[in-house]
Amino acid sequence: MSVGRMDARIGYIAFNTFREAVRDRVLYNLIAFALLLSGAAILVGEISIDIERLVVVNLGLTAVSIFGVLIAIFIGIGLVSKEIEKRTLYTVLSRPVRRWEFVVGKFFGLTGTLVVNTLFMAIGVFFALLYTAHRFEKMDVWVLVALYFIVLQFFIVCALALFFSSFSTPLMSAVFTFALFIIGNMADDLHGFARITHGAGGWLATAIAYLVPNFSALNVISQVAHGDPVGGRLIVYNTLYALFYSAMAISGAVLIFQRRNLK
Amino acid sequence: MAAIEILDLEKSYLVGFWRQRKKVALHPLRLTVEEGEIFGFLGPNGAGKTTTLKLLMGLVFPTSGSARILGKDLDDPQVKSQVGFLPEQPYFYDHLTARELLNYYGQLSGVPGKSRATLVERMLERVGLTDSAGVQLRKFSKGMLQRVGLAQAILHDPKLVFLDEPMSGLDPMGRREVRELIQQLRHEGKTVFFSTHILSDAEALCDRVGVIHQGELRGVGSVAELTSQSQGKIEIIFCAQKVPVALLQLGAEARVSGDMVNALLPEEQQDAALEVLRRERIKLISLTPVRKSLEEYYVQNLGPAEIRKGVGV
Repeated sequence: MSVGRMDARIGYIAFNTFREAVRDRVLYNLIAFALLLSGAAILVGEISIDIERLVVVNLGLTAVSIFGVLIAIFIGIGLVSKEIEKRTLYTVLSRPVRRWEFVVGKFFGLTGTLVVNTLFMAIGVFFALLYTAHRFEKMDVWVLVALYFIVLQFFIVCALALFFSSFSTPLMSAVFTFALFIIGNMADDLHGFARITHGAGGWLATAIAYLVPNFSALNVISQVAHGDPVGGRLIVYNTLYALFYSAMAISGAVLIFQRRNLK
Repeated sequence: MAAIEILDLEKSYLVGFWRQRKKVALHPLRLTVEEGEIFGFLGPNGAGKTTTLKLLMGLVFPTSGSARILGKDLDDPQVKSQVGFLPEQPYFYDHLTARELLNYYGQLSGVPGKSRATLVERMLERVGLTDSAGVQLRKFSKGMLQRVGLAQAILHDPKLVFLDEPMSGLDPMGRREVRELIQQLRHEGKTVFFSTHILSDAEALCDRVGVIHQGELRGVGSVAELTSQSQGKIEIIFCAQKVPVALLQLGAEARVSGDMVNALLPEEQQDAALEVLRRERIKLISLTPVRKSLEEYYVQNLGPAEIRKGVGV
């Protein structure tokens, strides 16, 4: 029997992870999201004058981001630890599957789930926009860019959750990842603080500012809510940054997982 | 070629939080299992059987020593495509049906798409799960999960199959089915390495057994070798309705049942006992030296306290 192709094995693991999330009714959050957004859109349409679009975009994209990050953290922290705890991993790793292939497959499975999730939620956002404005405008295209940045955030959050869960308990992994998400959303402030701090403290603040994921650069919700465009350079920079940061976190998870005894 | 060569494989862990101390899970283990053999790895719970299997599967890493499977190092990717593994009390992805699970494992094992579906159906039939193939595993009983576990272990036609406590938790019917399956694997020329604490299973199936206790290999050999040591007694069965007095004087412990007498005597009284039977013109049915059973071998090598901890017969 041949050992098969490495990319195929990663694909099979990713698909199984996606299928598990779907069958475990993770995507049911979409119903909650759709109800919340429709209700909010109708309410906003009733009470606000001229700023309906601003409120719907802000509310919609923030909800997409929060729902997605929560799913990324709560599934991400269990991706590997649950498999060890339930020993499903034993029968997978007793096949010609390398440990790094398993980790990468799991990552793609979860990010795939989140992309599909975001796609459905994006339809909800655009439906709410259509309901309030009765038509689409040219500037709505920037909402798509903001959604793309949100997906990039999910990539980083998934990778971090996977990284922390490779050596920590699920609870601590959730705390670490969520804390980094909060701190990362204040990355611009951290950079500002580092600039005005001198000496060893300044070095430390700079190091931390560069080490934490820069989620504030990936957050253009307010900007697109006001109809402002997003520069092409930022799109390229954010894409490269998210891919690099995720790859680093996944590499860390793989390095730890490669050496781990599965007791 | 040896199917498994274990060369001083050792595993120890550090336990405790503040004052860490070393706990040896497996003392240096040296063991060879030949191709086509059914090898039973016996020991009470916590003896080191699962640790050994995990080491061979690359799930835990050895503190020292090495092992070769089918002539290749453990980290050789080719090894795992020729090996099947059933963990103890297996738990599978319960969101999948039995058919989906086997298909998934077939994919991971590199079974080509064209033959996979046929192979999965054949395997479901072999373990008697055709009717439940479309049911999610979360609805399966323990016995059914064990069957799925066996199916996934042999799905890709491996040369060597590792089974960790394959009969554990099964009812008598389930145990019999697993025994039959292991025997089928023997006829197919596969090597089977299975761990168990149920001695009767090992006695019935194994070409050779290894006895492990507290992480240390206590003995290896065929069941006959391990149990061949005479107890210094003979058993004679003859046709009679009562026990001759002369035989009782030789120290016989006898039991009469109908027209037959079953008597146990010291080995050195064999000739004298036969002389008594000849003299009294009694028909001899059989004379056999009394050997130790695997259970008695166990008791002698492990001690009664450990037996109480979890060895089944």
